[in-house]
Amino acid sequence: MNNLLIALLVVPALGAVVVALLPDRRARLVSTGFAAVTFVLSVLPILVRPNEYTWFAYQPGDGPPMVPWAEIDLPWVPALGLEFHLGVDGISYPLIVLTGLLTLLCCAYNRKGRALAALLLVLEVGVLGTFLALDLILFFLFFEVVLLPMYAVIAGWGGPNRRAAARKFVLYTLAGSVLLLLGVLLVVTSAGTGDLVTLTGAAETGAAELSPETQRVAFVLLALAFAVKAPLWPLHTWLPDAHTEAPTVGSVLLAGVLLKMGTYGMIRVGVGAAPEGAAWASPALGVLAVVAIVAGALICLRQTELKRLIAYSSVGHMGFVLLGIATMSITGVQAALVGNVAHGLITGLLFFLAGTIKDRTGTGSLDLIGGLRETAPRLAGLLGFAAIASLGLPGLAGFWGEAFAVIAAVKRGGPFWLTLAAVAAVGGALTAAYFLRLLRRVTHGPATPAVAASSPAVTRIEWLAWTPLILLTLAVGVVPALVLNDTVVPLANLLGVKL
Amino acid sequence: MSIDVAGPLLPLVPLLVGLIGLVLPPGDGGRARRRLAAGLGVAGAAVALLLAVRLVLDPADDPQNSGLTLANFGYLEVRFGTFVDAAAGYVALAVTVVALFVQIYSIAYLHDDRRYAPYAAQVSLFTGAMLLVVTSSDLILMLLGWEVMGACSYLLIGHDRRLPEAPAAAVKAFLVTRVGDVGFLLGIAVLIADADSTYLGDVLTHDYSAGTLTAALLLILAGVAGKSAQFPLHTWLPDAMAGPTPISALIHAATMVAAGVYVVARLYPLYRQSPAALATLAVMAAITILIGALSAMAQDDLKRVLAWSTVSQIGYMTGALAVGSPAAALFHLLTHAAFKALLFLAAGAVIHAVGTNLMSRMGGLRTHMPVTFWSFVIGLGALAGVPPLSGFWSKENVLTAAAHATEGGETAPAWAAWVVWLAALLSVGITAWYATRLLLRTFFGVSRAYGPDGPDWEVGFDDGSYRTPAVPHDPPALMRWPLILLGIPAALLGLAAFAPGFRTALELEDPHLGVAVALPMLLLVAGAGTAWWLWRAAPGADPALVLGRAEPFLAAGFRLDEVQDRFVVRPVKAVARVVTAFDTNDVDAVVMATGTGTRSAGELLKQAHRRPLPAAAVAVCAAALVLGAVAWWGAVA
Repeated sequence: MNNLLIALLVVPALGAVVVALLPDRRARLVSTGFAAVTFVLSVLPILVRPNEYTWFAYQPGDGPPMVPWAEIDLPWVPALGLEFHLGVDGISYPLIVLTGLLTLLCCAYNRKGRALAALLLVLEVGVLGTFLALDLILFFLFFEVVLLPMYAVIAGWGGPNRRAAARKFVLYTLAGSVLLLLGVLLVVTSAGTGDLVTLTGAAETGAAELSPETQRVAFVLLALAFAVKAPLWPLHTWLPDAHTEAPTVGSVLLAGVLLKMGTYGMIRVGVGAAPEGAAWASPALGVLAVVAIVAGALICLRQTELKRLIAYSSVGHMGFVLLGIATMSITGVQAALVGNVAHGLITGLLFFLAGTIKDRTGTGSLDLIGGLRETAPRLAGLLGFAAIASLGLPGLAGFWGEAFAVIAAVKRGGPFWLTLAAVAAVGGALTAAYFLRLLRRVTHGPATPAVAASSPAVTRIEWLAWTPLILLTLAVGVVPALVLNDTVVPLANLLGVKL
Repeated sequence: MSIDVAGPLLPLVPLLVGLIGLVLPPGDGGRARRRLAAGLGVAGAAVALLLAVRLVLDPADDPQNSGLTLANFGYLEVRFGTFVDAAAGYVALAVTVVALFVQIYSIAYLHDDRRYAPYAAQVSLFTGAMLLVVTSSDLILMLLGWEVMGACSYLLIGHDRRLPEAPAAAVKAFLVTRVGDVGFLLGIAVLIADADSTYLGDVLTHDYSAGTLTAALLLILAGVAGKSAQFPLHTWLPDAMAGPTPISALIHAATMVAAGVYVVARLYPLYRQSPAALATLAVMAAITILIGALSAMAQDDLKRVLAWSTVSQIGYMTGALAVGSPAAALFHLLTHAAFKALLFLAAGAVIHAVGTNLMSRMGGLRTHMPVTFWSFVIGLGALAGVPPLSGFWSKENVLTAAAHATEGGETAPAWAAWVVWLAALLSVGITAWYATRLLLRTFFGVSRAYGPDGPDWEVGFDDGSYRTPAVPHDPPALMRWPLILLGIPAALLGLAAFAPGFRTALELEDPHLGVAVALPMLLLVAGAGTAWWLWRAAPGADPALVLGRAEPFLAAGFRLDEVQDRFVVRPVKAVARVVTAFDTNDVDAVVMATGTGTRSAGELLKQAHRRPLPAAAVAVCAAALVLGAVAWWGAVA
């Protein structure tokens, strides 16, 4: 099983090399093949999931603070205390599968040649590595691996203003990475280890516990870094430009998995390594999250570009995720995890659809697209589904993260958190407002010339790419346990809560 | 079939049928595909009806926290479980009966609609969502059904592509109810967070502090106001008439607007503990009853009269809840479901026949459309509360409960009961007035199909001629039979109050007709008589003309749309403008400024390196000196 974790990184890396050497016409098939193998590998850890008995028999404090389902721990640069430590547990598993799935769909969908296909696989290596890493420095390394391929994807295959957007993306997130590096180094030097298993729940085991002051500084550094990636208002302005210009597959991966690295990092590294710092900063984080929800929704009401609107909607959704984290409760962080996955599925689908509409009509302007349901009822129906899912309709994936973030905030109690919950709920209503405005513009009314001239049929490859997302949106919406099944115990350890 | 199977199946069957139906290809797929869509829809509703009958015959007594676990959120376990007591069973029965008739009726009503397949599927989803609200024993699942209904109403109201106002009406319906749902979600969150459980049984028996409980219940009332079209969130309902007429029947009779009333009744053990929440509900109900009835007086659109009448009648139900009688509320909900579904389906038949919604273009339809006419007579009679039709009994129950509560002794304060009683009593007369006006304007007198300007002239090659309108006729069998069958409960359901089984199931009081009946009857006769007299005095003229300058005000529904626009919509838009400007001009500008700042700093440094030789030499020497000094200082230290 330990080789599985290595294989998860080696297969896509190998795929990237092979695809880069092949001629363009074979690239799609081969890259899809490698991505498919990776996807299968990413699903496999479920087989080694500990059965429920041993899982619940374990109490915080009686064993190692975190029990990955599978892990591999090799010394790499002992002098720096760097270990090659990978592992999967209930928190990271859904994100790993999501990454495998979205990369597979993007590879199948990609018609732009081998270089892009190879870059997608390199991206996958970085993202999977980030979710697998159980060593802080290793985490940082993988976190950085993602940056340049994404830059290349935007700069190489994007829209008319791609260079400026790509530059902004790379410089902004690089600035965040500097903070991440500082934070990681601070934690590693003061704790003497970068091992997340040791660091998580250090308060209970008593080993390598950081002083409260160090935790606060470390958390601020880490949180800022992850806030750029997530992105948390007001550090979000790279996102709309990057999304608007990126090619469809780039947007899908950016929204679907790259943003998740920020929120995942916040939970696993931020809260894991500096729980007291996180608790100290949680009111500020909560306020920023709620501001993001409302500001994101209000800004969306004024957008006139399809992809830009969806990009800003991500700001609002990530606001809900961060609100869940800010409550520092199991319910809240679970809401954040399910919200993360839901956003990956739904916004991935939305970007696929937006990309298709933009490709067919040749424009992303909401003033020029209209009456889609007259000429392309299927496409309009899918857009309607994705939009309604994204506005958090119960029964679809988006609901659980939003509703339980609010419930967790109410549960936290006190006027402050109740206010945050109320404002977040109002933000939910505003979310409905802008998505309905979008649907009314795009699908209803008479067909505009741009829409009338476009081809209505949905191709087979598009169905292939979209169907899994549609089905999973529905599945997670009905049974969120698919994502949350094994999160209670790891989160209890992470947050230091006795079950 | 055991109740553990039938209960969960009741909402699941229509939901699944709806989902399957959505996958069917849209567009004009020919007869076979239409038949498949229609078959699915009707079968789903029929199976649900059978399950509902099964549950009514043998309802559950005590809730049990069982069912499939959907997720564990920390301590909260969300389960898909159902609790169908007798009240839930009867409401489910009403929902499924109306849904089945709507499905059958729609086959004929939408016979030339290319998007029939998704329509039928959405009706199934709508029904399933409502049944989930009715049966669920988990608050989160209840919320799920609650909001899915909002989405279905959005889809169905916006269905008709020929109506330019349909998309706006659909958006309005979703958004206004969603605003109320902000409160609903928060209220439920407070209940759940305090009880540490999402299970209805735990929540109902949990001991809340008075403040928490009142806050939560008031928040839930916001959601109820949205869904059940209560003041001030009723504004979406009249506009929702842009949806196809069978959908109006579905929304007004069985789903959506009934949900709010039902949820309050379901949570009544909690409401009983909070006088403040019930007093608020009473005021809301009284205002709604009067606004709805008065606005209905001045409408020219047949469906809008019915829509405003729904607003008013739902007010009676919430009024009954406010004065401490959930039984009267549910009884009125059931009779209202029957007669309002009948009225809307009959209105659909009229619209189908004359091709317009406007009563100013109708008249004289009685002889051509006898079935429709008699359906209207029964429906309007029940609506106005003419004995012995169903509405009479249930309205009597509401009035008795209110009158009883004015004596005090109930949770709600006596003044609140007075407010409800007076509004409900006054509205009896108004209801009779507008019901009579509707009947006379639509079915009696001469046809005004040509409109006030006379016939439309058509100039052809032969000769100038005018178009003779087609003679209106009763609808085809698929539309006619639902009318006839719905006429039975609309007329007779009130007598169920005499059936002991039904009475105990709803915990309804024994029907007794005392002197108290005289007052509403007097008002009824006065209202109907006035309308008739006005119509007789000036044949062909609209009795609403007597309202004078108030007419446009009432026709616009007290201009509350404008209030809503000015105080909610426009401020939100203005704030959005400001925030967007702030985001681009300030937040992003700072980011961009760091870029340009770095670049100009680089530029400056570059300039500094372009010194002429002497200055550069001096700089190099100075730098060497400084470095040397630092090194020396370091060595010494």
